[in-house]
Amino acid sequence: MIQTTKMASGQQWVLVEMVQAFYEAPAYHLILEGILILWIIRLLFSKTYKLQERSDLTEKEKEELIEEWQPEPLVPAVSNDHPSLNYDVVTGPPSHKITVNGKECINFASFNFLGLLDNERVKQKALASLKKYGVGTCGPRGFYGTFDVHLELEERLAKFMKTEEAIIYSYGFATIASAIPAYSKRGDIVFVDEAACFSIQKGLQASRSFIKYFKHNDMEDLERLLKEQELEDQKNPRKARVTRRFIVVEGLYMNTSDICPLPELVKLKYKYKVRIFLEESMSFGVLGEHGRGVTEHFGVSIDDIDLISANMENAVASIGGFCCGRSFVIDHQRLSGQGYCFSASLPPMLASAAIEALNIMEEDPEIFTILREKCKHAHKALQDIPGLKVVGEAFAPALHLQLEHSTGSRESDVRTLRSIIDYCLDRQIALTQARYLDKEERFLPPPSIRVVVTVEQTEEEIEKATSCIREAALARLE
Amino acid sequence: MYHVSVMNGCFGLDKQPKTLYLSDLQVHHGSCNGGLYSRPFIESFEETPMLVAVLTYMGYGILTIFGYLRDFLRARKIEKCHIAREREEQKDFVPLYQDFENFYTRNLYMRIRDNWNRPICSVPADKVDLVERVSYDYNWTFSHTGRVVKDVINMGSYNYLGFSENKGSCADAVAEVTLKYGAGVGSTRQEMGNLDGHEELEKLVARFLGVESAMAFGMGFATNSMNIPALAGKGCLILSDELNHASLVLGARLSGSTIRVFKHNNMQSLEKLLRDAIVHGQPRTHRPWKKILILVEGIYSMEGSIIRLPEVIALKKKYKAYLYLDEAHSIGALGGRGRGVVDYFGLDPTDVDIMMGTFTKSFGAAGGYIGGKKELIDYLRSHSHSAVYATSMSPPVVEQIITSMKCIMGEDGTTIGTERIQQLAENTVYFRRRLREMGFIIYGNNDSPVVPLMVYMPAKIGAFGREMLKRNIGVVVVGFPATPIIESRARFCVSAAHTKEMLDQALSAISEVGDLLQLKYSRHRILPTLDRPFDETTYEECED
Repeated sequence: MIQTTKMASGQQWVLVEMVQAFYEAPAYHLILEGILILWIIRLLFSKTYKLQERSDLTEKEKEELIEEWQPEPLVPAVSNDHPSLNYDVVTGPPSHKITVNGKECINFASFNFLGLLDNERVKQKALASLKKYGVGTCGPRGFYGTFDVHLELEERLAKFMKTEEAIIYSYGFATIASAIPAYSKRGDIVFVDEAACFSIQKGLQASRSFIKYFKHNDMEDLERLLKEQELEDQKNPRKARVTRRFIVVEGLYMNTSDICPLPELVKLKYKYKVRIFLEESMSFGVLGEHGRGVTEHFGVSIDDIDLISANMENAVASIGGFCCGRSFVIDHQRLSGQGYCFSASLPPMLASAAIEALNIMEEDPEIFTILREKCKHAHKALQDIPGLKVVGEAFAPALHLQLEHSTGSRESDVRTLRSIIDYCLDRQIALTQARYLDKEERFLPPPSIRVVVTVEQTEEEIEKATSCIREAALARLE
Repeated sequence: MYHVSVMNGCFGLDKQPKTLYLSDLQVHHGSCNGGLYSRPFIESFEETPMLVAVLTYMGYGILTIFGYLRDFLRARKIEKCHIAREREEQKDFVPLYQDFENFYTRNLYMRIRDNWNRPICSVPADKVDLVERVSYDYNWTFSHTGRVVKDVINMGSYNYLGFSENKGSCADAVAEVTLKYGAGVGSTRQEMGNLDGHEELEKLVARFLGVESAMAFGMGFATNSMNIPALAGKGCLILSDELNHASLVLGARLSGSTIRVFKHNNMQSLEKLLRDAIVHGQPRTHRPWKKILILVEGIYSMEGSIIRLPEVIALKKKYKAYLYLDEAHSIGALGGRGRGVVDYFGLDPTDVDIMMGTFTKSFGAAGGYIGGKKELIDYLRSHSHSAVYATSMSPPVVEQIITSMKCIMGEDGTTIGTERIQQLAENTVYFRRRLREMGFIIYGNNDSPVVPLMVYMPAKIGAFGREMLKRNIGVVVVGFPATPIIESRARFCVSAAHTKEMLDQALSAISEVGDLLQLKYSRHRILPTLDRPFDETTYEECED
């Protein structure tokens, strides 16, 4: 009894306090609280609405819609004589002498610039690696897929290119396509040459950044774009401080076989504070006194280029690709390069083959000069072919032969070029057309024949090839 | 609570013993789903114990506070900074990385970095030799001591059927091809890189899978990221599982289609998405979708779960969608004949429109393939990005796949293939049973050779990896961002090459470490429900 009375008085006491506080509170405070309470009551009783529109269809109508809907066929039909459907079949090794569709020819089509596809030393090293490691790596680099061979190859590449670090990918296409999205994200700006190859385009698409194309090798156009961007930055300096900018160019362009003007690019880099990513698949092992690529060719310091990416499937005659540069830049890809983290690593025998190829490149820097001489010779010999023009630098090993006068339709151009190639195949010269995905390329290059000069071809063979192409052009182009 | 899904066939329970091997598991027969399943489908994902979740969050919180402290000390130069720095000449460029992007890497990942990227110097078979490395500056740099840790039991490599070997008939055939063909190819499939070996391989793969035609590519990741854009485009809808691999997500994004995500392995979620998509059409314009593509995997490697393929195929047929099945982990590892998840469920391979898989895991090689109808493969031959722009597969790798596939099919005249498939199935069942009996929380399906063991707390991730290495067992531990932040785990890959003794050795070491680190969280309280409960939250639509 006493307790309850004590409690009751306690409650009363609290009530008195409350009423007093109520009287003492300032007016605006009470009004604000009153409005808030009314608002809460209103929200409690108002109808809720869903962001998703509620359909007013009945179940029966829904069933009918589901019944009626017909999807397109999974893939459109491809006619049997589609030019890309029937591949040329190579029996035997794709080296200097190659057997295409049953005919033995001299190989002017594979990117075997230094002739290392058939090299005995490389094969023996690959064999030794097979006997030690087997074929596959059974895991990505993070999960017991890192072999000592990979680490050795990365060290050797970094030493060869005189950079701090290198990182290897197991697929050439995936190299630049994983490197670009690792650095350039949504909101960043990338200035890229129009003639960039397809893997760069896929990397740019995956990065979701703003892409600005400048005309091929046109530094004035690039400067114009950079100036426009500068004006934009001045309007919004806060945003400009966090927007990264990149220029992506190739050393030797695969689609046009010409060289990028690297010294001007480096000047633009420091003037407008843009980073340079250089794709050197066609120039690694080709240009430069020691084969280090376009930076050595121009005498540009390698530290001026933020990232150099190349694939090991051309001059190095193996499989895969690598990126090299300063550790500050390259190390980031070990955790954010998609093709590196989420994919199995390069089979160790292919890595050993690449190491041996690097050994050969280091021992004998003469081959690069010899290769360039042969390229110049071939370039000269291919001039003056009626109906075909040579596209590319004199020292580029992979040249394009385009039709001087197009018929107007790409299909018939492709057919004409194919007939020239067939003519040459019959006379034991293996050539191929440069292949593109017509609908996917941003700036589709005109159809062309790819002529690849390698260090193994003799002068006579180059002469034979060029005279064969001349005959074919005369025969098939009216 | 323990969510267990058990499906039993309506007509004729299969020949396996009816009682499941967990004595304290009460089996309630779920509804039969029309008899779609011909064998019990037992999958479990025990819920995180509340105390463990709280402690895990606390652990991350403490690490974050210390991370900020260390960043502050590094900025004030009180602590030595090992992080690579920008060039002096480029200091006024826009910074290449934002500080907060790498916060996790600098402060959490660096502490336990020695559990990953462990270099090996032998065949990644049942036992492997690791290169010993030490760090004198808390994992910022590593140096090799020159010694080799020999014969570490390899529970981390994807070597399901044990074809990762450097001796034997496969290796001999590959050696021959290496000497004849060399290592590289130097051209793309459409240009001069189509070797006779490639054509032989593709015919063999088509026969192995039971489809009309197949095409092989040089990299498994690239198979997805280059071919999905060729199959789907603008105006198409892609329905992708929540936990799909990065390559599938990248391929879906690059295709430009609308992507919608359904809850992991949840058929009600998928059906709801399908119905809504067909009924309402494209967003805003309500035009009908051009096609609907469902992306699923055979075995999900982080969860150890197997896709509910019979139900997915039933849904696909009902709603006229197309099914893309990524069998990266399940080809060779599941099924009585090693033909993957389709064989496991006893279904018809022609029901799956696009069967994709990789050669890295069960065949000991590298690369990927896509199998399906002839029209599909013809289209891919002419329109796939890989056929036009990427170098074709290396000849020795092709030979390894051909010999190992023939071995699995029994065409080389031996029974090694069938023995290994049998051995893998036995090892899987044994390993999972023993781990569950010990009291660990194991995720996934009872038949999946990928066994995730829950660790949860960040410190235990590092401790587990290191303690197991001390006992000469190599394991893989995974944390954020590959898994949700509190669900870190250790993942074991059972192999047919493991003998029972090796598994026993591994199991006793795991039990020891589990006691040491108090990892035996399972409370064995079972309340069987049909599926993981599906809540009525609407699906998330991804913007790309």
